[in-house]
Amino acid sequence: MTDILKVLQVSKNFVKPIDIASKVVNIFGNFYNQEVVHAVDNVSFNVTSGEVVGVVGESGCGKSTLGRMIAGILPLTSGKLDFHDQHYSGFDEGNYKHNSHIDLKIQMIFQDPFSSLNPRQKIIDIISEAPIHHKLISKKDKKYFVKDILNKVGLGTDAMDRFPHQFSGGQRQRIGIARALAVSPEFIVCDESIAALDVSIQAQVINLFLKLRQDLNLTYLFISHDIGVIQHIADRVVVMYLGQIVETASSDEIFSHPNHPYTKALLQGVPTLDTKKKIYTPIKGEIPSPINPPSGCYFHPRCKFSINKCITDKPSYKEVSPNHFSACHLNS
Amino acid sequence: METILEIKNLKTHFFTKAGLIKAVDDISFKIKKGEIVGLVGESGSGKSITGFSIIGLIDAPGRIVSGSINFKNEPLLNSSSNRMQSLRGNRLAMIFQDPMMTLNPVLRIDTQMIETIKAHDKNISNQEAFRRCRDTLGLVGISSPEERMKAYPHQFSGGMRQRVCIAIAMLNKPDLIIADEPTTALDVTIQGQVIYEMQELCKKTGTALLWITHDLAVVAGIASKICVMYAGRIVEQGSVDDIINKPMHPYTIGLIKSVPSQNKRGEPLHQIEGMVPSMLELPIGCAFHDRCTETIENCKIEKPIETNQSDSRVIRCFNFKDIRK
Repeated sequence: MTDILKVLQVSKNFVKPIDIASKVVNIFGNFYNQEVVHAVDNVSFNVTSGEVVGVVGESGCGKSTLGRMIAGILPLTSGKLDFHDQHYSGFDEGNYKHNSHIDLKIQMIFQDPFSSLNPRQKIIDIISEAPIHHKLISKKDKKYFVKDILNKVGLGTDAMDRFPHQFSGGQRQRIGIARALAVSPEFIVCDESIAALDVSIQAQVINLFLKLRQDLNLTYLFISHDIGVIQHIADRVVVMYLGQIVETASSDEIFSHPNHPYTKALLQGVPTLDTKKKIYTPIKGEIPSPINPPSGCYFHPRCKFSINKCITDKPSYKEVSPNHFSACHLNS
Repeated sequence: METILEIKNLKTHFFTKAGLIKAVDDISFKIKKGEIVGLVGESGSGKSITGFSIIGLIDAPGRIVSGSINFKNEPLLNSSSNRMQSLRGNRLAMIFQDPMMTLNPVLRIDTQMIETIKAHDKNISNQEAFRRCRDTLGLVGISSPEERMKAYPHQFSGGMRQRVCIAIAMLNKPDLIIADEPTTALDVTIQGQVIYEMQELCKKTGTALLWITHDLAVVAGIASKICVMYAGRIVEQGSVDDIINKPMHPYTIGLIKSVPSQNKRGEPLHQIEGMVPSMLELPIGCAFHDRCTETIENCKIEKPIETNQSDSRVIRCFNFKDIRK
């Protein structure tokens, strides 16, 4: 098995633009601190070909930013992305010479099937726009091509000449999947792709993802806050907290032997179909602001096991058992 | 135990330009004192409209067409708007999905909370009202409530805001709280906290809770009774144990089977075929028949009626007995 994607120390900072008042303060010689949000902070991991990697975490932990950088629609602040051992910068600000070969091989499916489709385009145009632009198909083959793709995602050919508003949420998500598949990608980033769907429709779309993976030999980066879904489809799980990876392991390992206190708490908080009166032992407090993250281990203010070292030192990211990495002081 | 709320054959219809929408169509259920009842359904199944009907928030073009809602043996449907106002926020409270939309952004938290008390108790002193607000905020797990009461809603995070909403609902120690997807907008870890606190509060104060959600797993751990709605009707209701472990209606069975943790990892999930029908053009007969695996001829012609299986168990299906075997 070869690594299809390597994420090497990738970071993304968002800087709040200076407003007029602070500009004036700057002119008068006072130093004004710019607020920097470290949305993704020094994240590294590899994805093997054919694998499904699940990324979990609370909102604001940077999982969507990470997905967008990998899909090449957000520039990196620092770090490196390698696809098939070939370097690509994803989106390069100011330099629009894209490596379109790699860009096409990585596609993204978005959360909201209502706002991610152009309401004024027919389905046939939505799906065929990218392959025609990149000269993968000719204009006269478009009908035949779209028919084939629609079949793959389980929509009838009569969908072709309709507009997005004529479809239900689940069908629209299928159209979003068809659009991503149209340029025959190898790697798909799914950013909360089933979160907006109804319960009975979610299962259908998850099944479609599983089937496509088998048929087309796809690799997924599956971003979700729904741990049940991740447990079902992911081979490996990456747990993020405040822009950093706190734990990575195979799915079986992480759900049976979670190492990091945050992962443990996260897994415990998930409601299950268990009718025994469940006693929730919730994590104290809320996710801190990424503008002023806590010192040391970012999780220490909420952690039950925090020791003095957690407040002062940043824990290193260590292998606790084969292929199981965790960043916690308790491991040393 | 005393029955707090009894709904009988409630029908709430919307007379829209596009046609008649039977958002709630002939539903009946009871809530006892201190009980937590889960009302589960997909979007558009009428679960929120049921909540709005109880608390009297149905606006034109919607109307409660028939049926009855009895709250502590008092019929709510024909009561005057003055009477409803004195009940609402006092004996009967509601928590909405989005806490940012519920709180007034230009008023401080203490103003909004004290208003709720004073609206129902004119004689209470300011100090006394303030004390009660502070205690209730402490109860829902907000640390240093005295300081936080002076804050504006935007200074709170989503989970904190939802706690403030819960505190406002709890202020007058109501007999029934209707919680409409109170944790859907929250993170997993915060959701756990809110579920935990609601459960504790109901235990402490004896308040009954109608928990409206699309997620069976959320109510499985806390409710004592579950009603499953589909296309405006309750298709199955019963004790939480019956519904989760021994479901009888094909829709409930499908819903439970399709939860990922009920399936082997990596295997295809059990799926309910087809999609949720449009409320404007519901199938004739049972609204679920074209997605159902157990359809018989009768399902396509006639609407199934509710049949009692036991005291608490009611099901709306022609062909469920075969499934139980």
